[in-house]
Parts: sequence; C-alpha cells; structure tokens
Amino acid sequence: MNDNISNKAAIVGLGATEFSKNSGRTELRLAMEATLAALEDAGIDPSEVDGFSSYSVDKVPEYEIARLLGCKEVKFFSQIPHGGGAACAPIMHAAMAVATGVAKTVVVYRAMNERSWYRFGTGSYGFADTPIFENVNYGWYMPHGFHTPAAWVGMFAQRYMHTYVATSEDFGRVAVAVRDFAATNPNAFFYEKPITLEDHQNSRWICEPLHLLDCCQESDGAVALVITSADRAKDLKQKPVMIKAGSQGIADGQQIMTSYYREDITGLPEMGVVARELYRQSGLTPDDIQTAVIYDHFTPFVLPQLEEFGFAKRGEAKDFIRAGHHARGGRLPINTHGGQLGEAYIHGMNGVAEGVRQVRGSSVNQVDDVENVLVTAGTGVPTSGLILSAS
Amino acid sequence: MADYEWLSEVRSMVGREYGRIYAWDEVNPAMVRQWCEVMGVDNPLYTDPDYAATTEFGEIVAPPAMLQAWCLEGLHMNNYPPGSTDENPYEVLGLIEAQGYPAVVAVNSELTFDRYVRMGEKLYYTTLIKEVSEEKTTALGTGFFVTQVMSFFSEKPEGDEKVGELLFRVIKFKPAQQPKPVEKSESAVPKIKRPRPGISDDTRFFWEGCEAGELRIQHCKSCNRLQHPPAPVCSHCQSFELDYQISKGKGELYSFVVMHYPEVPPFEYPNPIGLIQLDEGVRIPAGLTGINPADLEIGQRVEVEFQTFDDELTLPLFRPASA
Repeated sequence: MNDNISNKAAIVGLGATEFSKNSGRTELRLAMEATLAALEDAGIDPSEVDGFSSYSVDKVPEYEIARLLGCKEVKFFSQIPHGGGAACAPIMHAAMAVATGVAKTVVVYRAMNERSWYRFGTGSYGFADTPIFENVNYGWYMPHGFHTPAAWVGMFAQRYMHTYVATSEDFGRVAVAVRDFAATNPNAFFYEKPITLEDHQNSRWICEPLHLLDCCQESDGAVALVITSADRAKDLKQKPVMIKAGSQGIADGQQIMTSYYREDITGLPEMGVVARELYRQSGLTPDDIQTAVIYDHFTPFVLPQLEEFGFAKRGEAKDFIRAGHHARGGRLPINTHGGQLGEAYIHGMNGVAEGVRQVRGSSVNQVDDVENVLVTAGTGVPTSGLILSAS
Repeated sequence: MADYEWLSEVRSMVGREYGRIYAWDEVNPAMVRQWCEVMGVDNPLYTDPDYAATTEFGEIVAPPAMLQAWCLEGLHMNNYPPGSTDENPYEVLGLIEAQGYPAVVAVNSELTFDRYVRMGEKLYYTTLIKEVSEEKTTALGTGFFVTQVMSFFSEKPEGDEKVGELLFRVIKFKPAQQPKPVEKSESAVPKIKRPRPGISDDTRFFWEGCEAGELRIQHCKSCNRLQHPPAPVCSHCQSFELDYQISKGKGELYSFVVMHYPEVPPFEYPNPIGLIQLDEGVRIPAGLTGINPADLEIGQRVEVEFQTFDDELTLPLFRPASA
C-alpha cells in the first residue's frame, strides 16, 4: 500500500500544560511548556525538530517555537485553517511530511488562552462591512443576531431532531456519559463533578434546542505531540502510536458552521468524506475501533458523526446512545478523557492526546485491548480525522 | 430610622478637617494649554497672551473648572507632593464599608469659584467631612450619603486666600438585590446598531432589493437554477451569466433556533431565527417576527416582512403567513 500514509509515521511524544480558565501566562509560554514536555516524553533533543504543524486561531508562530528550541534547519511547517475542524489535520500533515522524507521530526502543537483572552461564544468577532469574503459570508447571519456557534449548530440540531425524532434527552445522554469520564480524570475541569440527565434538562437555554450542558467549556491550555518515522519510533522511549490513517474533509455545499443550503442538513457529509478515507487508508471497519474521541463542542453533532462513521445507521445514533454504547463499559466508549464538555476545550487537540493515551494504555479511563482509536475534529466546518493504532 | 451603634464613630467624624494637600506645580500655562486641548476649551483668555492682554485680567488666567486638577496626585495614586497631609480624608468611607456597604457612587460634584487663578500661584486644599446622612434606600441600594467639602487656597505671604470650593457627595451603599441599569439618556450614549453585512459586487443586488422591498434571488441564465446565497458563479454549472428573480417571499420554516444567551445589544431576547425554505426552492436564514417563540414549528408557513433598523439597514425577516 504505497498510495497512502498508513503506518509510515508515529506519535512518539505527548506533552500538555494543565487546563484551566485562566492560565496566567502567555500562549507562547504554554506552547513551549507543552512542546518541551512532548520532546522530553519522546526522548528527542529539541534541536532535532525540523517540522511544525498547528491550526488556525492559534496565535503562536512556529518560527518562534523553532527559535526558542534552537532549531537550525526547519523544512516543513503548516498551519491548517478552520480552527477545531483542523484538530486532526496537523498530525496528518506531519505524517505526510515524515512519510515523504520532507521532515524527520515534527512538532504538532496547540496553545491558547481561549477562555481568558478570547471567548468564542460572544457573538462579536470583528466582522465589518467591507467586501472581503468573510464579511460578506457572515453578513447573511450577523445582522439578524444569528451569531454564536451554539446557534449555528442549533439550526442543524433542530432539523435533525425533527427528521429522526431525536430529543434533547438524547443530546443530554452524550453529555452525561462524557461528564462521567471527566469525573474520574484528575486533569479534567469537571473532575469529580458528574451530571445527571435531569441536571442536563434543567440547565438553562443557551439557544434552543441547546441547553447549557450541551455546550463545551471554554479553556486555557496547550497540548503538543512529536511525530517521527515508524522506523525511528521503534528505538524511542515510548510505545509508538501509529498514525494508521488521516484525512481532511470538505463536502458539497460546504460552509463554515452554516452549510444550510444542502439538500439535507441532518448529516455531516464532510465527516463522511473523512470516514471513507480513513477506512480506505487503514483497511479497517467500524468493528475494528475500540474507542473513539468524537468532537464534542456541542452534543448534537456527536450523533451524525457516529452515523457518518458507520457506528449507527442514519438517524439511529439516538438508539446507539440510548443503549449506552457510547458510555463507560459500552461498545464504543467515546471521549474517555471527558471530552471538551468535561476535560477542557483545547480545540480538539486534547482529544488527540487521549487517543494517544488509549493506544499507549495509559488513559485514566483505559478501555480494554485497544488496538485502534478513532479521533475526529470539529464539526460544522471543514474537518479532519485520524485513526491511531497500536500496530 | 434609628442609627446603628457603629454609626456614632462615623458621626463623630462629621466636622473634622483634614490637613493640606498641595499642588505639585505652580499654576502654569503649559498645563492650562494641555487641559484646554483635552477638554476642547478654545477660550483665548486661557491660552493667548496677546488676547488676554486686552482683557480686564491683563494676562492669561487658568480656567476655573480646572481648579481640582491642580491638586491631583497625577499618574500614581496617593502620590502627593511633600508637605501634604498623611491623613486619609476618605477614612469615613472605609468605616461604613466595613459594616457591609461595599459599593460607592459619586452623586454630586459642585464647584464654587471665588476668583480666577493666575499664573504662578501655588495652591492647596483641605477637606472637611460635612455630613453623613441617615440610612437611605435608593434605586441603587441602601446606604449613606457622605458629603465632603474641599476648600482650595492660594499661598500668599500676607495670608492664604481662598479661591474656590468643591462639594463632593457620594453614596456608600449595599447594592439592591437586582440593581437596575442606570438610566442613560439617548443623547449621551451612542445607540448600538445592528452589525451591517459585508456587501460585495456579487451580493449588492440582494441588499438593494431589500431597500426596494424585493426579495431578490440569484438566477443562472445558463442552467435556469436559483441559488442563495448569491455568488459570482452558478454553483451548478459555473456560469458567470447570472441575474435575479424576485421571490414571492413565501415559504415554510425548515428549521429554527431561539437564542437566549449571551444577550448582545441591540438584539432582543429571546431571539428566534428561522431557516426558511422559499417556495421557489432555495433556503434563506432570517430573524423571525410576530410570533411567540414557543409556537414555532418546523413546516409552518411564513412570509417575508422587510424591516429597517437604525434608519440604514433593511433586512428580510419572516412572520407567520397570513391565511
């Protein structure tokens, strides 16, 4: 199989800061702390790094990290657009760079003081009335006050509920299961704070049909990974986590959070693109996946993701969830770190980190006999996904 | 209302005078000029020596309203010139605060001028605690009005001369359970407008249509399909040959949300937003009007209603269709 990147590169280092509501230090410092921790974890000297990849909204430039690491020859760097939708893509880009010999040691990083410096849910993003594309595009929404990610997702969710007779409780069951994992993860913001379905139903409306407990947190923090070739990985400190498959996805009628003009808005066809490509590269099927990190910025989009990846038939994710297959002890426990609902919102990179831990066997909520982990990135936007494997 | 016991200590401070706080600098033309520039004062009596020479003063004088400015500490808090008192004229507020009245709002600031102040004069002021009121309840909360009088003097060899006075009154209070927003007059506060859309050469016809009361939908002259939002080419056949048709403005609610949080001005909440499937076949997102959000239902018939906001932005909203 030479026509893909499967098993040519591995994640060999993992580092992170603590996750908080106010890190109290610069994003650059967070990036350096996570990067140095990841290199230490890998047993690789900082000066060996010759590639970087991150994704947009991250304000820390790779050249500054390179300078501070003492890198002298950096041959590959990329920053992938569309925020959380890109969360898995830097690992894919790094694997491509390593697989083709362009780079040998790539650092993937994410460092943001999202909660203390930005806040994505304010409804105010600085769009103006000049004719650049973004202003024109968001001009269909902003003048109506239709201006938060929760609202944009809610529009899809309402139609999904209507079409498949899913309910707010189904979304709630996602939140309850994920918070259950967070409750046993000391690194989670909601450690020892599980919720009940009743808590979910009683939580206030953010934007009908979304309750507060359907929405992820806002967080400060950083995560970094080190990727190198499968060959080199064999001789390093950690058990290699093979990059089995990686893909990005844009599908028909794609927009950023507002792909409302497609014939059907109950699916996530861009995630369908990712799913087909991941299965093609890896040769795996849904039955080969033991646990998954399903991007959970807002609970409603977890359901169509399960459908796009074939864990449930179209419109039947609610039955999968009602049966508890996504929860602790279920057929496909998802977001065992507590997800972005429960651990932290590090724009999906903390989910990739959990995928690494599940393959290594070091998760605090370790699933038995993990061979392959699916990780997905942000939904409603151009997206990405990974399969990480033990071999 | 009977006084609290602790108030006797507070009341004993009424009538107390606190020592001098000096000005850092003599009254000087540079600070006068800067103050006038910042405040937008253009009276040449304060800045133009030639003009001032023709007045009864014979030279420039300081603007009376600048009186308090001469004796301020400057950039760093409590950094008063040498010789100034170490006493704290605000200690009475600390005593009240300690009894559970944390908030403070200035309610009166009344300046009285005895005469103009001239260049080269060296000023100082003293502070008198003039009054502490009974406990009062206002819209802000419950607390005490505290009145201080600052008397400003000019140092003179023949005996210091009073030049003006500042009566300063604050209310030190416990905020009411649900503080009402302070009423602000329309003129004082710029009205927050709805965000304006970015309008490009590809989309201008749509917005001009709104102003004309027409819901214009882009039409491909090559493949005869409609598309929304408008674009420079047809997304079906990539033709640049585009014009528009005028929608009848009727359709059904394809999906909707009701926005509650965060409440962002100038929008009213809850704010219902619909995704409308027009009868012509395309979808358009828009605010919903004339309906109780609880009554919204996918599939219900709606029709367009153009509304103009801020006298400058006309938007297509949708309301329940008339029978």
